[in-house]
Amino acid sequence: MIIQGKCHTFGNDIDTDAIIPARYLNTSDPEELARHCMEDADPTFAGRVQKGEIIVAGKNFGCGSSREHAPVAIKAAGVAAVIAASFARIFYRNAINIGLPIFESPAAAAGIAAGDEVKIDAEKGEIVNLTKGETYQAAPFPPFMQELIAAGGLMPYVARKVKAHV
Amino acid sequence: MGMTITEKILAAHAGLDHVEPGQLINARIDLALGNDITAPLAIKEFKKLGLKKVFDPERVVLVPDHFTPAKDIKSAEQAKILRDFAREQGLAHYFEIGRMGIEHCLLPEAGLVGPGDLVIGADSHTCTYGALGAFATGVGSTDLAAAMATGELWFKVPETILFRYHGKLKPWVGGKDLILYTIGQIGVDGARYMAMEFTGEAIKELSMDGRFTMANMAIEAGAKNGIFPVDEKTIAYIRGRLQRDYRIYQSDPDARYAREIDIDAGSIEPQVALPHLPENARSVREIGEIKIDQVVIGSCTNGRLEDLRVAAEILKGQKVHPEVRLIVIPGTQKIYAEALAEGLISIFIEAGAAVSTPTCGPCLGGHMGILAQGERALATTNRNFVGRMGHPESEVYLAGPAVAAASAVKGRIAAPEEVVK
Ligand code: SF4
Repeated sequence: MIIQGKCHTFGNDIDTDAIIPARYLNTSDPEELARHCMEDADPTFAGRVQKGEIIVAGKNFGCGSSREHAPVAIKAAGVAAVIAASFARIFYRNAINIGLPIFESPAAAAGIAAGDEVKIDAEKGEIVNLTKGETYQAAPFPPFMQELIAAGGLMPYVARKVKAHV
Repeated sequence: MGMTITEKILAAHAGLDHVEPGQLINARIDLALGNDITAPLAIKEFKKLGLKKVFDPERVVLVPDHFTPAKDIKSAEQAKILRDFAREQGLAHYFEIGRMGIEHCLLPEAGLVGPGDLVIGADSHTCTYGALGAFATGVGSTDLAAAMATGELWFKVPETILFRYHGKLKPWVGGKDLILYTIGQIGVDGARYMAMEFTGEAIKELSMDGRFTMANMAIEAGAKNGIFPVDEKTIAYIRGRLQRDYRIYQSDPDARYAREIDIDAGSIEPQVALPHLPENARSVREIGEIKIDQVVIGSCTNGRLEDLRVAAEILKGQKVHPEVRLIVIPGTQKIYAEALAEGLISIFIEAGAAVSTPTCGPCLGGHMGILAQGERALATTNRNFVGRMGHPESEVYLAGPAVAAASAVKGRIAAPEEVVK
């Protein structure tokens, strides 16, 4: 899979309350969540982000609550991928489970500026900054997670397993 | 090579003799938990599978605690999804308003978690049950759906950081101060993807309520789980609650740790974490004059009986500062009833506090005490992120119940000794 788009940048420790504030959690409708995506980190983001664009952030992206509404809001806002120096573990799990592509690369997080055009080769984990002419390497996914991602997330994977049992 | 408690529990639930940090395993789940925010998504995913029944109706627990008693129509609809699902599935452990509590206070109290268990919850503070010597970790809604369907889930075996707390705690210092201090030392990602194992003589002295508080905030250091060795206090706690067998695991003397950290707990003073991260911990004495508009005593971190006792000890015969709103929220109905019987609730009410039925409420900026623009709160909760308790331009300071009660009296962040000599 090749993902290419313009980048929006954020700092370190962007927590799930900033990604989708709890005041909007009385619904789990993706479209509604998308309207408030990243609101407490950047209130203008949801209005500006275009389909296929990329979020780039510092360390510990998605720390805090287990709300899957966070990656759901990002995905529903049209964001094609998130690149971060590191991810908090529940966000990491949730993103893989719902099929939001994520890439861990401190070099990419440091090198990419807001507005840069970036091309990601998801299989190789190769991130090319077309604006700056730089290439960064993301940590590869372990084979089991590649299997999950290839299945389209956890539930399609579980569905196959459940069917196999019956 | 020896194993840590965390590794042993994971190995046992994966049917393996040995596991190594970094290993991906498929493990059997003893208990799966969801709440009124996370379970509706999980139930939707579960239904898509076309399965009729959850893997075990005794082992799926649903607690509507975040926006309940329902704060608006949308929240009522979400809670109804849980209620309907619980009835249709015949779940043994669905807790209705008036018979419930904040999930992480409630599950141990109801005897649903025991030593050696593997518990997952679609709530990040599921790590609280590590206080009982269980492996407990927060996951997302899709994970909960998978666990409800199969009774299994995949895990990456975490590395462990061993913490040793030395010395005897100073007056008014409790679990909250120890964990805030620790997060201040290692940072909000200092234990990212790792287990935090809490040991040492100061931990042996710590009450179960204090241990729950510490394990609860392991996630605030990025940890996968926090865990305590089982001792006579753990056994005394589960006696009369847990109605089934359990297994005690101890870390081997030659277990491997990613890091070992020694902390002089005897020198720790009551702590306060400044906005907007739990790692901004300072001694209460160091932070200077900070006026506050609201104090919240409650949450899955510090809404237990011991917390209310500490707060009442300070508030007894005192009045809440005229410019402060004090909100006290007992963690469960049982804690509420005990606090009532002990006279704690009348101390709070006479001091001028609002006392609420158990709910997460203001902890996540849900309801029951939302902050306006520019307002500042001191809370015994676990997160002080931007906008956590209301307006994005409001502020939350974190502390234990002693500092919270003293601050409510003084109208500014205050040390307990300023109120009780
Ligand atoms: S009290 Fe706060 S931290 Fe605990 S479960 Fe409720 S919202 Fe989450």
